[in-house]
Amino acid sequence: MSGREPILIANGQGFWGDSILGPVRLVREGPLHYLTLDYLAEVTMSILQKLRSRSPDAGYATDFVRMLERILPTCKAKGIKVIANAAGVNPSACRAAVIAVVKKLGISGLKIATVEGDDILGTLPALLASGEELRNMDSGKPLAPRLADVQSANVYIGARSLTDALAQGADIVIAGRVTDPSLVVAPMMHEFGWAWDDWDKLAAATIAGHIVECGAQCTGGNFTRWREVPDMARIGYPIVEAYQDGSFVITKHPNTGGLVTVETVASQLLYEMGDPKRYLTPDVVADFTTIQLEPAGKDRVRVSGIRGTPATPTYKVSIAVLDGWKATGQLTIAGPDAIAKAELCAKIVWERLKLDGVAFEPEERMQELVGTNVCHAGIAAAPSEPAEVVLRLGVRSTDRAKVDRFGMELAPLVTSGPPGVTGFAGGRPQATEVIGFWPALLKKELVTTRVAMEEVR
Amino acid sequence: MKVRLSQLAYSRSGDKGDGSNVGVIAYDRACYELLCRVLTPAVVKRHFKEICKGDVERYEMPNLLALNFILRDSLGGGGSASLKTDAQGKTHGLGMLYLEIEVPAGFVVPKGS
Repeated sequence: MSGREPILIANGQGFWGDSILGPVRLVREGPLHYLTLDYLAEVTMSILQKLRSRSPDAGYATDFVRMLERILPTCKAKGIKVIANAAGVNPSACRAAVIAVVKKLGISGLKIATVEGDDILGTLPALLASGEELRNMDSGKPLAPRLADVQSANVYIGARSLTDALAQGADIVIAGRVTDPSLVVAPMMHEFGWAWDDWDKLAAATIAGHIVECGAQCTGGNFTRWREVPDMARIGYPIVEAYQDGSFVITKHPNTGGLVTVETVASQLLYEMGDPKRYLTPDVVADFTTIQLEPAGKDRVRVSGIRGTPATPTYKVSIAVLDGWKATGQLTIAGPDAIAKAELCAKIVWERLKLDGVAFEPEERMQELVGTNVCHAGIAAAPSEPAEVVLRLGVRSTDRAKVDRFGMELAPLVTSGPPGVTGFAGGRPQATEVIGFWPALLKKELVTTRVAMEEVR
Repeated sequence: MKVRLSQLAYSRSGDKGDGSNVGVIAYDRACYELLCRVLTPAVVKRHFKEICKGDVERYEMPNLLALNFILRDSLGGGGSASLKTDAQGKTHGLGMLYLEIEVPAGFVVPKGS
């Protein structure tokens, strides 16, 4: 417990691939105590596991290390601590890369912690042998028959080990598959010393984390009334101004673009929401129907009243399984008669594949005429005679050769189809893996998370 | 009188397994209470008939003047299996706002257009 209040916790990265300007400007353009960064989507873990299988030094979010190189001198000068789920499936390699950057910058007196224990790929066979079935939460099927297809297996861990790392004095905390809101829960638990069974406080911290976990989506990004959002190019990333009593204010640095209003915050509260009364994380069950939002000045929204109930006895496990192969490709078809010609092009592709003995079931193939209303099919009116359309074709199959064969039939349309076919860029569509997710539950006592710390003196 | 849902509410959507979630947030309490009555799962299912192949579930959040809809089987496959442009349902929220809603005589519509 530090006794300071409020605590300023920002999120500078909503996903791997988010703008580097988020974190760079957050640390430069105003006061901050903690910078959190979210890198891991479900599909990311299987990609990282594959990279690691090819090289023992790979398997973490490399963008994180490059970004740290830009912000660490400022973080050190201002005492900003960094918490990220950038470790992917290789925490020790990530830590080593971060330490190399710290040394390169000539910074000393930094403690770098990794949180480990979420990656259970190596122990899956033993878990199954011991009687854990890891049944799919949707289908009810046991995992054992699919074991050979498993690409990665990670437990969504909570805030506890992150909080331990902060208590041990870590300046940079790097975790693997920690659940996104826990990145924000940990600094609140550390600073305010709340009990791990103070469910209302844990729920409040979790909801603060939920609001900021997608970066600028709560500060005016992706907002319905987009015309009212000022200076989106300079959009400010979100900051949680957290108070000891569990209330907090969502804000952003002054003089940044974007908008923080009850509406932009409420929008993000609804993002990827299921049952609002039971928002489950490893730390708590949060009740979104208790949230009170009120304006608290320009670009400030106060959030209070949040209630929570005890966490469940299980962790959610995200298991990535190989479900076959897919490819998509596109051509641009100019008018006149763009729609009729695009439909003919699609028909030609399927027929030529059939001529060569390659057939796809209806559910294995997709054709879209982008520009004729593919996103809101059956809802919005489509133009009857667009000046041009983009033809997108795609297939999926358990047979990789069939998928690759499909990729060879798009370019020929430029010279052997109707006139006005262009825009064949980016080369032949390549088969990529289809990764399915196998959600399962695992008793918490079967998972041990731990902190490893290294200091650059 | 019929008005567009966008005159009564704003929205956000994202993916939820092989389905999407669409959050609809009313501009005021009168709109929320109207939407609770008329924006039923059946109406939403019919609106998204070419997109949503499964059931529609609805949750109420009166504290936020919000309704949350789950549109099962609306992404063309879960995980990375989808071949669709909008594989994550990012645009479903805006799609919802095209809905035409019958409002009672004298109802104050918060947004002119």
